[in-house]
Amino acid sequence: MADTDIVIGLEAHCQLTSLKTKLFCGCSSDYRGKEPNSNVCIVCLGHPGSLPKPNRKAVEYAVMTGLALRSKVSERTAFYRKNYYYVDMSKNFQISMYETSGTTTICEGGYLDINVGPHKKRIRITRMQLEEDPAKLVHIGPIDLSPYTLVDYNRAGMALLEIVTEPDMSSPKEARLFLQKLRSILEHIGVFDGGLEGAMRCDANISIRGSTRVEIKNISSFKEVEKALNFEISRQRGVLRKSERVVRETRHWDEIRKVTISLREKEEEHDYRYFPEPDIVPLVIGREMVERLGRSMPELPDARAERFSREYGIPAYDAQVLTGEKALADFFETCTKMLGEAKTASNWVMGDLLGVLHDKDLELHEAKVTPATFVGMLRMINDGKISGKIGKIILPELVTSGRDAEVIVNERDMQRIADTALLKSVVDEVFAENRKAVDDAVRDDNAVNFLIGQVMKKTRGKADPQLVNSAVKEKVMRLREKNQGSA
Amino acid sequence: MESLKIVSKERTKRLAWLAKIELTEEENDSITIQLNRILESFKDLDKVDLKGVEPTYHAINVTNIMREDKVTPCLKKDEALANGSKVKDSFFVAPKIV
Repeated sequence: MADTDIVIGLEAHCQLTSLKTKLFCGCSSDYRGKEPNSNVCIVCLGHPGSLPKPNRKAVEYAVMTGLALRSKVSERTAFYRKNYYYVDMSKNFQISMYETSGTTTICEGGYLDINVGPHKKRIRITRMQLEEDPAKLVHIGPIDLSPYTLVDYNRAGMALLEIVTEPDMSSPKEARLFLQKLRSILEHIGVFDGGLEGAMRCDANISIRGSTRVEIKNISSFKEVEKALNFEISRQRGVLRKSERVVRETRHWDEIRKVTISLREKEEEHDYRYFPEPDIVPLVIGREMVERLGRSMPELPDARAERFSREYGIPAYDAQVLTGEKALADFFETCTKMLGEAKTASNWVMGDLLGVLHDKDLELHEAKVTPATFVGMLRMINDGKISGKIGKIILPELVTSGRDAEVIVNERDMQRIADTALLKSVVDEVFAENRKAVDDAVRDDNAVNFLIGQVMKKTRGKADPQLVNSAVKEKVMRLREKNQGSA
Repeated sequence: MESLKIVSKERTKRLAWLAKIELTEEENDSITIQLNRILESFKDLDKVDLKGVEPTYHAINVTNIMREDKVTPCLKKDEALANGSKVKDSFFVAPKIV
C-alpha cells in the first residue's frame, strides 16, 4: 500500500475542546451552533488596545500532550506574532509560538507509534505550539465560485494545539492512522473531544520524491486526509507523466467536490515576520508543574491496549484496534464488564459493530447503539432467544435506531424457534407438502438437506439449525424404519 | 547616493507588498534610504560586549501572567458587528478570496 516515493508530513491543529474558554479571552469555547458573531469579545475580534491573556489550563494541556508524545517540554517559551493578511484574522497577525535562538515553542521533539497492519511505525514529532484559531469563513458554494466571503468570529481565539510531524509518512493511509492515534491519545488525556465537528483539522505537505513539495490546507478530519492526499497523489502523478513540473504552492481541499485547488503562492517562512508578542509576557514552565502533570496522566492508548491483552486475553492487534478511539475502548470495556466476559464482546465489537459502522460511514459517537442495548442483544444470543445470525441481521438497526434488541426482535417476529413442539409441527407441514422430496430423502441421505432447507425457509431463519437438522433426520429415520418394517 | 547595503530597493518593494502598502518609485527609493539609515544606526549595538548577558525577549522582566479558565461575558452581537463595514445575516462580509 505504501509507495516508496511518497513523502508526507502533517501539521495537525487540535482544538483543546475540554477548556471552558478560548486561549486569550474568557469567551466560551462552546461556540458551535451559535448565531454568527455572538460568541466574541474585543480580544478575539482583535480590537485595537484589547489585551490577550493566556489560559493557564491551555498551557497545562499542551504540556500533558507533550509528555504523552515523549516531547521535551520547554522550560521557557513565548508567544509570537505571525504576520499575514487573510480575512480569517482581523488583527492581520495570529498569536502563535516560534522557534528562534534562545526561545522554543512549548514542546519539541517526541514521537507517536502507529500500527500499519501488524507493523509498528514511528512518526517523529517536530514541535508543538499553542496558537489561536482563526475565524470561520463561509462561502457561497465552492470557494473559487463564491462571490464574497462571510466571516464568523465565534471560533476565533479557540485554543489550538498545533502538532507538526517530520515527513515520516509514506501513504495517505498512514496519515489517517497518525491522526486517529493522535486523536485517541488526546481523548485519553482528556483535553479533546474528536466527536465535535472541526475539532481536529490539518494541513498536509506532500511530495512525490524528488519533486516539489505541495501544501494542502483545509482538511477537516482524518477521514478527509486520506481522500485529499489520494487526490493530490494522482494529480501530481498526472503532472509528472506529462513531463511537466509540479509547482510549489498551497492548495485548498474542496470537501464538496473532492478536489484540491490552487490557493496562493507559498510565502517563504520569513515572510511571516515573526516577532515577540509584546502584550504577553514569556512563560516559564517549572519542573514542579511538569512533574505534577506527569503524575496526573491517565492511562494512554498503548498502555490500555497492553492491559486489554493482559486482562481480557484478547490478541494484541485487536487490542490496538479497540483502543484506536477512546469511545470504542470505553464501549468495549463497559460491555465486557456488563457481560462478565471479554471474548464475546471483543468478537462482536471488532467484527460486526465496526463493520456496520464502516458500511454506514458512521463513527461510534454518531451511532445510537449503547453498551446497554448492545449487551442486551448479546445476552439474547447467549440465552438462546435469538441465533447469532439474527443478531447480525438486527445489528444495523440497533446501530441506527438505538432501540432495544428485544423490541426489534419481537416487532419483526424473529424469536428463535426453540420450542420443539412448534418446530415439529413445521417439520410435519414441510413433509406433507413435499412428498416426493420425502421419498427421495428416505432413499438417499443427500436429499435430506432439501427438507432442512425448506424448514429453515418456512421459519425464516429463526429456527435453531441444529434442532431442525436433528428433527428432520429423525423423522426420515422413522420413515425408513417404517418402510423396512412394512417391506 | 547613500549606502543601500542592507536593504535593496527590491527588498523594500517586497516589504511594501507584504504590508499591503502601495509605494511610488520615489517613495520606494526614499524609504529604502531611510531603512538603511535606521539599520545602520542599530549597528552601534554590535559594539556592545554582551558576553554572559541573557537575551531579553520582553520589555518587562515578568513571566507567567495567565488567567484561570473561567467564562466571562461576551459582547452583544450588535455591538460585535457595529464596526463592520459590511454585514450580512450576522456575518462580516469580506472580499472573495480565490
